Amino acid sequence: MIEIDEITKLYEGTAAVDHVSMTVETGTITVIVGTSGSGKTTLLRMINRLIEPSSGEVRINGESTAALPKHELRRRIGYVIQGDGLFPHYTIAGNIGAVPKLLGWSRDKTRARVDELLDLFSMEPAQFRDRYPAELSGGQQQRVGVARALASRPDLLLMDEPFGALDPIIRARAQADLRHIQRQLGSTIVLVTHDMEEAIHLGDRVAVMDGGKLLQHGTPAEIIAAPATDFVAQMVGGVDRPLRLLSLIPVSDVLEDGAAEGEPIAPDTSLRDALSLCLWRGVEALPVADGDRPLGRVTLATIRARAAELA
Amino acid sequence: MSRSGAIRAACVALLLALVLRPHWFAPVFAPFAPAGGPVIYERASILSLSLSHLGLVALASGLATLVAVGLAILVTRPAGAAFLPLSRTITNIGQTFPPVAVLALAVPALGFGAGPTLVALFLYGLLPIFETAIAGLSTLPPATMEAARGIGLTRWQRLIRVELPLALPVILTGIRLSVVIAIGTATVGSTVAARTLGEVIIAGLLTSNTAFVLQGGVIVGLFAVLVYDALSLLETALTRRLGRQPAGADT
Ligand SMILES: Nc1ncnc2c1ncn2[C@@H]1O[C@H](COP(=O)(O)OP(=O)(O)OP(=O)(O)O)[C@@H](O)[C@H]1O
Ligand SMILES: [Mg+2]
Repeated sequence: MIEIDEITKLYEGTAAVDHVSMTVETGTITVIVGTSGSGKTTLLRMINRLIEPSSGEVRINGESTAALPKHELRRRIGYVIQGDGLFPHYTIAGNIGAVPKLLGWSRDKTRARVDELLDLFSMEPAQFRDRYPAELSGGQQQRVGVARALASRPDLLLMDEPFGALDPIIRARAQADLRHIQRQLGSTIVLVTHDMEEAIHLGDRVAVMDGGKLLQHGTPAEIIAAPATDFVAQMVGGVDRPLRLLSLIPVSDVLEDGAAEGEPIAPDTSLRDALSLCLWRGVEALPVADGDRPLGRVTLATIRARAAELA
Repeated sequence: MSRSGAIRAACVALLLALVLRPHWFAPVFAPFAPAGGPVIYERASILSLSLSHLGLVALASGLATLVAVGLAILVTRPAGAAFLPLSRTITNIGQTFPPVAVLALAVPALGFGAGPTLVALFLYGLLPIFETAIAGLSTLPPATMEAARGIGLTRWQRLIRVELPLALPVILTGIRLSVVIAIGTATVGSTVAARTLGEVIIAGLLTSNTAFVLQGGVIVGLFAVLVYDALSLLETALTRRLGRQPAGADT
C-alpha cells in the first residue's frame, strides 16, 4: 500500500503539486490522468524521490520513503520514464538487465529474464537482444523501457506515459499485456497518462489532476457516473459517457437464458462491444458462450435499459 | 579499398620507411643538403628518436587527460560547480603561456632533458581536454540521466557506467586536439636536450642543412596526421554505436 500524505511540490512559490493525498492499494492499478502540466509527472516522481517533496510524506507499506537511501528505494521500484530514457551505450539486453545486475543476479538468470521479457513484448530475443537502442523504432524503444522496469519483478511500478509512442494496435496489446502481467504478479502500479480512455480501460482507480490538485480519485465507474467537477466531466466526455460506462460492464453481468443467432461472444466482452456487434450484425440479441459451453444471451433491449439506468 | 583507406595505407608505409630505412630517401633530400654535407641525419637513430618523441607525448597527454578529465568531473558535480571559474583560469593559463617560456622557466628547476618538455606539453594539453570534457559531461541526454537515477544507480555508478561512457566521444575530440598539438610542440623540447625528432630539425637549422629540417619535419607531420586520423576513426566508431550524429555530420 502506498500512502501519499498531503504532498506538495513548490517551484519558485508556485505549486506543481498541491496538497495531494491518496492511497494506492496493493495489487491495483492506479492511473493518474490530467492535461499537460497538471503535475502528474511531478507527483509520480515524488514517490521514488526523484523529486524531493516541499512538504508532505509518502509511505510504502507504512514505512516512510525518507527512511531509506534513495538508490535503495529506487531499486525496489520499477520506473518507466516519459520518453524512454534507454542507455544508448548498452545493448537491449544490457538495458533490460540493468537492475538485475545492480541487484547481483547471476548472468544466466538475467539472460533468461531478458529473453522472457522480450518474448512477452513480441520482440524476437535473438533478433533484438544485441542491438543498441538507436537501432530500434520509437515504439520498440518504449517497450524496452517498460521491460526494463519489469525486469526485477518489483512489487511497485511507476510508469510515466509508457504507451505514448505506440500505435493504437500495439498500444491495445501492450495495455492488455500490462493488465495480464499485473494480475499474474499482483504488482502495484501507478501509471500516468493524459488519455482518459486509457485511464478507464486500465485503472482499478483513476485519479484526475488539474493545476497540481487532485480533483477526484475513484473507480472508473464513479468518475464517469459522478464527476466531482466540471473539469472531470469534461475529461470523461459528455456524449461518450454512457458508452464509457457500458465499456466497464461485462456481458456476464446481464446474461439471460435463451439462444440467439450468430457467432457467440465471450462472457468478459464489454456491453459497449456487445452493443457495437448488435448494430453491426443488425440483430437484437447475441449468444454468449464460454468456449464451447453456451451460457445464454444478451439482448439489445437489456443493454439499452442498463445504459438508461446509468445515465 | 576505399580512397581514404588507400591514402592512409600509403602514409603509414611512407612513415615506416622514413623511420626504419632513412637511407632510402637520400636521393630525395640530396638537392636540399649543402654541397658535400650529410643528407640523412645519422647522429642518432630515427627510430629511437621517434619512440622517445612519442613516449614523451603519450606521457604528457596521458597526465593531461587524467588531470583535465578529473577536474571536469569535479566541476560538473553540484558540489564542485564553484570551482569552475578557478579551473578555467588554471587551464587557460596553461594554454596561453608559450611552451618555449615554460621550458626556459622549468630548466633551472628540473635541469636539461625530458622534464621541462613534459611540463610544457602537459600544461599546453590541459585546456582542450578540459573544455571538451565539460561540454561532454554537461550535455548528456536528460531522459537517460533521469533513468539512471530512476533505476537506482548511485552517483558513482552513474558517473562510471553512464556519464563517462556517453561523454567519451566528445572527450576524445579534446584528447585528439591535445595530442596532435603535443606531437608538433614536442620538437621544441630538443632545445633543452629532450630526445625528440626536434633534434633532427634543430641540427638542420644550426648547420643550414635544409635536408635535415625536411626529414624531421616530414616525419613529425606524418605522425601528427596519422594519430589524428586514428583517433578520429575511434571517435566515429564510438559515436555511431551511441546512435548520436558524429560531430560535424549534421548541418
Ligand atoms: N524543475 C522544474 N522547475 C520549475 N517548474 C517545473 C519543474 N518541473 C515541472 N515544473 C512545472 O510544474 C508543472 C507540472 O509539471 P509536470 O511535469 O508534473 O506536468 P505533467 O502533468 O507531467 O505534464 P505532461 O503531461 O506534459 O507531461 C508544470 O507547470 C511545469 O512547468
Ligand atoms: Mg509528464
